[in-house]
Amino acid sequence: MTDKTTSFAQQILDAQNLAMQEDPTMICMGLGIDDPKAIFGTTQGLQETFGEQRVFDMPTAENAMTGIGIGAAVAGTRVLMTHQRVDFFLLAMDQLVNNAAKWHYMFNGQMTVPLTIRLIVGRGWGQGPTHQQSLQSWFSHIPGLKVVVPSLTENVGQLLYNAIMDNNPTIFLEHRWLHNQIAPNAAACQPLTEAPQHTRVLRTGSDYTIISNSYMLSEALQAQKYLQQHNVHCEVIEIASPTSIDWHIIYQSVSKTKRCIVTDMGHTFCSLASEIANKVYSHCFNALLSPVSIIGLPNYPEPTSYGLTKEYYPDVNTIIKTVSNNCGIEIAQLKSRQHHDVPGEWFKGPF
Amino acid sequence: MADLKHIYFQTLRIRKIEEAIAAKYSEQKMRCPTHLSIGQELVPVAVSHFLTHADKAYSSHRAHAHYLAKGGDLVKLIAELYGKVSGCTAGRGGSMHLSDLECGFIASTAIVGNSIPLATGNALHQQLTRAEGLTVSYFGDGATEEGAFYESLNFAALKSLPIVYVCENNQYSVYSPLSVRQPTGRSISKLSNEIGLKSFSVDGNNPTQALQTSQAAINYVRHHGKPVLIEYFTYRHREHCGPHFDDDLNYREQEEVQTWLDNDPLNNLEKALDKDPEFKAFQKLAISDINQEIEQAFTAAESASFGSIEDNERFIYD
Ligand SMILES: Cc1ncc(C[n+]2csc(CCOP(=O)(O)OP(=O)(O)O)c2C)c(N)n1
Ligand SMILES: [Mg+2]
Repeated sequence: MTDKTTSFAQQILDAQNLAMQEDPTMICMGLGIDDPKAIFGTTQGLQETFGEQRVFDMPTAENAMTGIGIGAAVAGTRVLMTHQRVDFFLLAMDQLVNNAAKWHYMFNGQMTVPLTIRLIVGRGWGQGPTHQQSLQSWFSHIPGLKVVVPSLTENVGQLLYNAIMDNNPTIFLEHRWLHNQIAPNAAACQPLTEAPQHTRVLRTGSDYTIISNSYMLSEALQAQKYLQQHNVHCEVIEIASPTSIDWHIIYQSVSKTKRCIVTDMGHTFCSLASEIANKVYSHCFNALLSPVSIIGLPNYPEPTSYGLTKEYYPDVNTIIKTVSNNCGIEIAQLKSRQHHDVPGEWFKGPF
Repeated sequence: MADLKHIYFQTLRIRKIEEAIAAKYSEQKMRCPTHLSIGQELVPVAVSHFLTHADKAYSSHRAHAHYLAKGGDLVKLIAELYGKVSGCTAGRGGSMHLSDLECGFIASTAIVGNSIPLATGNALHQQLTRAEGLTVSYFGDGATEEGAFYESLNFAALKSLPIVYVCENNQYSVYSPLSVRQPTGRSISKLSNEIGLKSFSVDGNNPTQALQTSQAAINYVRHHGKPVLIEYFTYRHREHCGPHFDDDLNYREQEEVQTWLDNDPLNNLEKALDKDPEFKAFQKLAISDINQEIEQAFTAAESASFGSIEDNERFIYD
């Protein structure tokens, strides 16, 4: 039997299909879920397979629809909602924060909220101030919410399947530049139904620890490969869930490497990255040879213009520069992509 | 007739501008999501015809026509799409966040329904300061599903605010027809009436009707100081976002598309003006003037520079 290639988007679809099969009460809703574009291909065919009652398009009413999802989930329906941008979901912060996140606690553990909300980070040319925000730090700040930030085709399906089957409200943040990511071997992906490992050492190394997730993890892995050629050996750690980090893995790594970069796609102020850095300082203070570096977005909104965004997003070269500065060695930058605002030639906009 | 020729000119101008954007969009130099108004141009023209400088407007993601009809600067619009420093927000906002304060076009915003409360707040300000003028709030049928729509209309009715809510009902939100989003047969204008607004509904592609209704509604706000909602039925010719036609995707019935193409506002205006012996000459001149203006705007945009990255941190706070 030959192995088939698979993609990040395909794994997301596979996870939804399996969950829908496993739990006949489960429903999926979202704007455009059954339209010709099928939410970047991630919901293709769900309605045909499971019917219009269980898979449906919805009114442009994010706030109430989230409340409706919570109410249905509390009553016993497993609910998956998908939004094409994180930013569109912000209308529903009240329902999410005051209801979904609090319900189990506030009613003394009597009820659960089996609700998962897929939010897509829209980075890409011209997305500007209101169509590309990475808000994992916000969501992680709220007790009672679980937050999952997938990065790789090999475990995204497993992470989503488990998020859906979890009886806690979960925010699942997908960076859309990952949707086309291909894994050469579908059979080598983590089995969907197995419990995921949320903190994983993806590459081992003795000189530097790089902690990352989402699209930034791709840049980190690229940096690791390149730096190895320059005899700097980085350990790369994936944080797939900011709300269930296995801190021990991080402390162990930094104690060994004595240097650490945390890179995350949010604004750096009050961020997930700064929280991880804080924990590293507290637990590995004596081991550190240089300050923990935080790489993220500057503290201003993303302008729309091509010309104004050239230095907005950190990339592989930001990591290389940080490492070479901190280690006091000269390492040449990698050649940049032709356009900073697209992941590759395949991306043509406009949406 | 003189009026109608003016209306024709404005409508034609917006059509030509949007078509020029569409023609050049694939060069990938206008790198921002762009929602064209081709097919829907008459609505803002018919509204703006009865507005003065003191009247203000807010709009949504599909804002080019609203901006232009209100008197927004064309050169700044095109430069904005190219992300240049000479754009109306110096490249910060792009197509979905336009502004031209000089003509009273306060802003368009990209999150569905989220400028409706802002427009309502502008009308509150006008009322509190006894300012001259009213506010226009443009949005689509999809936006009427957001809570902010009901909450704003309720407040406007409660406080008798001087505001004209303009709903461009093109029957779709992206690929989703009204039938999967709102109960069949319910009318947005009747609903608004029940909330407490005087409301109107009209074929937004029919020049005489669109003009008469706009005038009646705006006059009502001016004379009574109370809010109105006008629901204009119209249709977008091209894809939701981007320059292409997308009827190969079959999300709209062919017959429906054809019916609306036959009811194109620009054609309707041409038909109405056809009897005017001077129309042909007027049209010829109009086309050449407009083409020239467009060419100049694109040349200026392409040759302008991007803003400086050093300025990116300006204006986070006042
Ligand atoms: C809160 C929110 N939800 C979803 C979107 C994505 N979106 C952008 S435009 C649009 C369609 C809105 O339809 P309508 O209000 O009828 O305007 P039209 O595009 O037809 O002019 C949608 C769903 C958004 N921008 N904001
Ligand atoms: Mg619409």
